[in-house]
Amino acid sequence: MTQKTDIWKTCESCWETTGIPCPDVIGLFLENREGKTGAAQDELALLRREKVNKPVIFIGTGTCGLGAGAGKTLARIRNYLSEHALEADIIEVGCIGLCVEEPLVDIQLPGRTRVSFSKVTEDKVNSLLDGVFSGAVEKETVLGQFRQDGLKPWPDIPCIDEHPFFAPQTRWVLANCGIIDPVSIDEYIAHGGYKAFAQSINGMTPDEVCETVIKSGLRGRGGGGFPTGKKWSLTLKTPGDQKYFICNADEGDPGAFMDRAVIEGDPFRVLEGLSIAAYAIGATKAYIYTRAEYPLAIQRLRQAIEQAIKYGLLGYNILDSGFNLEIKIKMGAGAFVCGEETALINSIEGKRGMPRPRPPYPSVRGLFDCPTAINNVETLANVPPIIANGADWFGSIGTKTSKGTKVFALSGKITRTGLVEVAMGTTLRRIIFEIGGGIPGGKKYKAVQIGGPSGGCIPEQHLDVEIDYESLKAVGAMMGSGGMVVMDEDTCMVDIAKFFMDFIQRESCGKCIPCREGTKRMLETLRSITRGRGTEKGIDSLDRFRGIMQLNRLAEVIRDTSLCGLGQSAPNPVLSTLRWFRDEYEAHVFERRCPAGACVELLTYRIDPEACRGCTLCLKKCPSGAIMGAPKSPHYIIPDKCIGCGTCAQVCRFNAVKVE
Amino acid sequence: MNNDMKPIFAKFPNAQRDDLIPILQEVQEKKGFLSREDVVSIGKYLKLPASKIYGVATFYNQFRFQPRGQYNIQLCRGTACHVKGSEKVLDAVKRELNIAPGETTRDGVFSLEVVACIGACGLSPVISINGEFYAGVTQDKVKVIIDSYRGKAEEHDSEN
Repeated sequence: MTQKTDIWKTCESCWETTGIPCPDVIGLFLENREGKTGAAQDELALLRREKVNKPVIFIGTGTCGLGAGAGKTLARIRNYLSEHALEADIIEVGCIGLCVEEPLVDIQLPGRTRVSFSKVTEDKVNSLLDGVFSGAVEKETVLGQFRQDGLKPWPDIPCIDEHPFFAPQTRWVLANCGIIDPVSIDEYIAHGGYKAFAQSINGMTPDEVCETVIKSGLRGRGGGGFPTGKKWSLTLKTPGDQKYFICNADEGDPGAFMDRAVIEGDPFRVLEGLSIAAYAIGATKAYIYTRAEYPLAIQRLRQAIEQAIKYGLLGYNILDSGFNLEIKIKMGAGAFVCGEETALINSIEGKRGMPRPRPPYPSVRGLFDCPTAINNVETLANVPPIIANGADWFGSIGTKTSKGTKVFALSGKITRTGLVEVAMGTTLRRIIFEIGGGIPGGKKYKAVQIGGPSGGCIPEQHLDVEIDYESLKAVGAMMGSGGMVVMDEDTCMVDIAKFFMDFIQRESCGKCIPCREGTKRMLETLRSITRGRGTEKGIDSLDRFRGIMQLNRLAEVIRDTSLCGLGQSAPNPVLSTLRWFRDEYEAHVFERRCPAGACVELLTYRIDPEACRGCTLCLKKCPSGAIMGAPKSPHYIIPDKCIGCGTCAQVCRFNAVKVE
Repeated sequence: MNNDMKPIFAKFPNAQRDDLIPILQEVQEKKGFLSREDVVSIGKYLKLPASKIYGVATFYNQFRFQPRGQYNIQLCRGTACHVKGSEKVLDAVKRELNIAPGETTRDGVFSLEVVACIGACGLSPVISINGEFYAGVTQDKVKVIIDSYRGKAEEHDSEN
């Protein structure tokens, strides 16, 4: 919900009706020429929230926010306003990145700075709003206030950019996420949006756009890290009547959610990046291939495309430049392998999403056999500021080979989960212990898993590695899409390897044998070493040992002989855990013991008869009926019936259940 | 051709092969699953053999060939959820409902689906029931959540 603005008032010379702004006016504005009146300046300031006429309440309603209960909070806020007959704008924004503190509510009163509150659940709404509207805020729930010139700051409230989560970050891609109204094109333009696009199509040749991106050093943020500008330039140089640009928003990586957050929080940024990219390669048709599991993201994209068409920023002869562009949304149907570009192309064409050998690369023969370029959401979101601020600006931060910033999705056993955007070259230690706030519950750090099923685990001794594409490879991980799952001492690394292998073997498309059969064999081996010995019969134990002996070699063969990136990187979780956590594998193989206590079949539960009071609680709760005993006398567990779920240990009030 | 397929096909005039997946998605959206008859009529419309359509539909995780329960539980098994114990949550759901992933309870109230990642890793472990998210789910919470839906299902029954 935004205020009605009149900055796009149709000019007198043309016949456009109100509601649909005149392209000339938008063109004038975007090119920063005169024609903006004082009234328009005021409207813009309102859109940028440099001042507000009435209270504005922002609420983070991304998927994560809704998961934390933002929907109920929003309903309560609406009730509160109508009960007290207060007039205020409510704006649903995306996620600012601090998922752990959600639901997040920001309030900006006229003349005062915007202040942000964390964990505003339904029940806290009344006291919070009572406080704010009477000019006082509760210190406990406040996260911080924004720095806004010309507005009166709240006393004794820290600035949000000094918060330990935000202070070390460099937010370029996420700049607007959680700040602006994601479905208002007016607001996006007021914040400087679409200027880069106007600048590209009216002031630069496609070649110049490619050159700028090459010079900036932007590399694909989806995994491999191929130089983006080079990809575009190759596609531009391939002759073809029809060319396509595809935005890959099919974030299938478990543990990564930055694409979802960027689309939900700032869909116009993605559209603008995609439009510039399409212009740069000479494409007039573009696809956004997005996950069906992200309904909110799809809805936001649809709304954004509609508005952009209405404003003449998509469609025919955009801003009088002669450039046409049509963008279509294609919903993915749930296949991890579609992250592979040739598989994705097959999927758009309505076939099974199976990759094909390259070359020919999509830049030569891609979608419908036409030259095609593919980039993911984060890569495209980087494009508008590169065009607007220049290649040198982008290259000013980062490492020698990796420029700019990278967004990481921080999750797992970490205090502050969420989305983090840091300059390339920031150390892992800084991300985990400073931004993420370290490991909760006084536990010890064990590893961080980077890059999803294609990546690897990084142990403590490499925490000081400066993150870029090359350094991560050197320690056996991969940038991947940027999922970062932190693990503590309770996580078993063999179990993690097994988890990824289970995922990969289910998601393998089955076209090539090393990936189809190899990952299955690897999973079998990992299963055999995390299983109790009770089920082994005949030559099972011989098979188990043969599998263990060949695990390393098998992983290397799969890596070297698979057809696509999925298979080539599939053994990474196994290889990296074998490399850094060999002792855990050995404990599983030789001692049949899980040091982390995670592999349930290797654990045995026993009730200490001295400590047991016979309260029968464990007996009642045991799902498999493995516990026997009369009330008020010590209970015992029948090992054959025990499924190792650990419920007894959880419910016991006398600490009588021992785990070995 | 089934009459109820007409409005769906009307959305795709001059349909080509690349409209196959969107059509399948529309049909599933409307009917909850892909029945044999529907697949055959899609095949007639797109001039594709039903075997090809099954070939595509079975490849993707999204498509179902059996009706779904009144409440569909999507349980996230992403890495972050795994690390935070979603396997135990899955066990608890399986025990509570006595069904395996991909199945529907006999009374047709619940169905269980395991998904790769919902994208709410910051709040793991996560389950989603008919699009409503539950964050930080533990074994104990499973029963409470499911019971609340059982209550709703009964209310629904008594109303009808």
